[in-house]
Amino acid sequence: MAAAPESAESTKGLIGWIDQRFPLTALWRSQVAEYYAPKNFNLWYYFGSLAMLVLVNQLVTGIFLTMNYKPSSAEAFASVEYIMRDVNWGWLIRYLHSTGASAFFIVVYLHMFRSLLYGSHRKPRELVWIFGCLLFLALMAEGFLGYVLPWGNMSYWGAQVIVSLFGSLPVIGGGLVDWIRGDYVISDPTLNRFFALHVAALPLALVFLMIAHLMALHEVGSNNPDGIDIKKHKDAQGRPLDGIPFHPYYTVKDLMGVMFFLLLFSAVIFFAPAFGGLFLEAPNFEPANPLQTPPHIAPVWYFTPFYAMLRAVPSFAGTQVWGVLVMGASVLILFFVPWLDRSPVLSIRYRGPIYKFMLGIFVVAFVTLGVCGLRPPAGIYPMLAKICTVLYFAFFLLMPWYSRFDKVKPVPERVT
Amino acid sequence: MNEPVDHGRRRLLTAATAGVGAVGIAFAAVPFIASWNPSQRAKALGAPVAVDASKLEEGQMLKVVWRGQPVFIVRRSKAVVAELGNHDAMLADPKSQVSLQPSYIADTGAARARNPEYWVGLAVCTHLGCSPLGAFEPNSAFQVAGTDLGQNWPGGFYCPCHGSKFDISGRVFKSMPAPKNLTVPSYTFTGDARIVIGTDENPKTA
Repeated sequence: MAAAPESAESTKGLIGWIDQRFPLTALWRSQVAEYYAPKNFNLWYYFGSLAMLVLVNQLVTGIFLTMNYKPSSAEAFASVEYIMRDVNWGWLIRYLHSTGASAFFIVVYLHMFRSLLYGSHRKPRELVWIFGCLLFLALMAEGFLGYVLPWGNMSYWGAQVIVSLFGSLPVIGGGLVDWIRGDYVISDPTLNRFFALHVAALPLALVFLMIAHLMALHEVGSNNPDGIDIKKHKDAQGRPLDGIPFHPYYTVKDLMGVMFFLLLFSAVIFFAPAFGGLFLEAPNFEPANPLQTPPHIAPVWYFTPFYAMLRAVPSFAGTQVWGVLVMGASVLILFFVPWLDRSPVLSIRYRGPIYKFMLGIFVVAFVTLGVCGLRPPAGIYPMLAKICTVLYFAFFLLMPWYSRFDKVKPVPERVT
Repeated sequence: MNEPVDHGRRRLLTAATAGVGAVGIAFAAVPFIASWNPSQRAKALGAPVAVDASKLEEGQMLKVVWRGQPVFIVRRSKAVVAELGNHDAMLADPKSQVSLQPSYIADTGAARARNPEYWVGLAVCTHLGCSPLGAFEPNSAFQVAGTDLGQNWPGGFYCPCHGSKFDISGRVFKSMPAPKNLTVPSYTFTGDARIVIGTDENPKTA
């Protein structure tokens, strides 16, 4: 990874003293100032740095929320109300955190879509992609656990539904559910352990996975909208001709993206923090009631595509495990994309019409599933969800064939 | 002193040390994993619950808590009980063969109750654990939670989460997300309308 540390004589004073003991300047150079990124990054390349920004936002606001939140079933709901009404600026800190959760998923979904556009998951970046998929899994767990903490009625019943998923597994299911809950129902011990996982275990996992994601990326170098290896053409000093140092060029570009993001982010926080019931759902403004399921259970919007797939599969042979397996497979299949994709080119710019068509179908199916998951399972939605589940899986499972036989355009030698 | 290094021996010792270490880690993990199981306090709270259902009118429902789970007690009129066997063709498991219930409940057929007048069952959908709603009015496009239950609705329960429908004995209809009928816990009568949930024993005081 790191180029051999330039001799310490190039730094003096305090920095020089540190450099003789810790590779500070060497790290700065190898990872930032002399990390050569392709010069043709476009709009889609903002979302990685934005995901880091939102992660920092979640860590900082989360730490401050734990200072007033009480993880017990008797006090949790009231402590969140206390944060909202009585803690100075508590409402802002909580809205930063709750809106940040939705922003995290928006940014991450766009970041992942970028990879499908430009083939960023393809060789040699398979591990970058796999660390990314693990990040996505950890983020989903983190989002779910965090949603339970306010202990509103939707928190409670959402937890009930998701934990029950594990109960459908044959043989171990029943014991596994009691083990997860620490009780025969979702209750105080469940809330307490979800809190521990949400504020300690998963944030640690997210931070370590993010470091691994970046280390793998900086080892192989960034992809670009042309899907071309910029290391093939280097100047006399061994720098890629089509590369520019990450700092200052992309730090400045990313700052521009940060400004634009913060504009939208603040608009939501100050004017529509519940976002019409999508970011904070109305039943969650009532305390958890184990005897009263809300009339309509919908998860937060970022889980609805997967939830719709869960509901789309009917139970048969006396078990509903099939829906659970389909939902699990819909996430796990992402891990295999680098090997499912057999196209000779990386970027959509040089791919043929079939991939473009399939990617379009995939986006439509994913968004439609998201809508279906928000609606009650009645009318046209169950059938729509079934069709879109098939399309979602068709995109991945047929990829080895259509990506190989699709027409491709010649790829240029240098970035355009 | 300077004999050549025996690489085979060194590999064996390294592997043996790593193996013993792995076993040690597995044993050390046991208390942490076991600490997630229901605690002694949670287990103690699973005692039977006695309910007096005598104030229940026909067509009314009582929800009580046992082991932290909601339990339905529905009082059914004779007319409703008489109709119970007539829609078996619409049910996924009319005889409750794959559903959970004590054996003395399975023997009661369509009524699924020790006393057909009172139906007792867990208010926990067998799909993903939501609490179904009572929708006991038969026929005539009954509306619950914004969903039309249809012209032929015989009366029963509707789960608002994923749309599973059950009849008034908690038997699930065909092609529903829920795979099984609502679970009937063990219970017993200690009086005409005095029900003890969570025990099979019948002290025969009635």
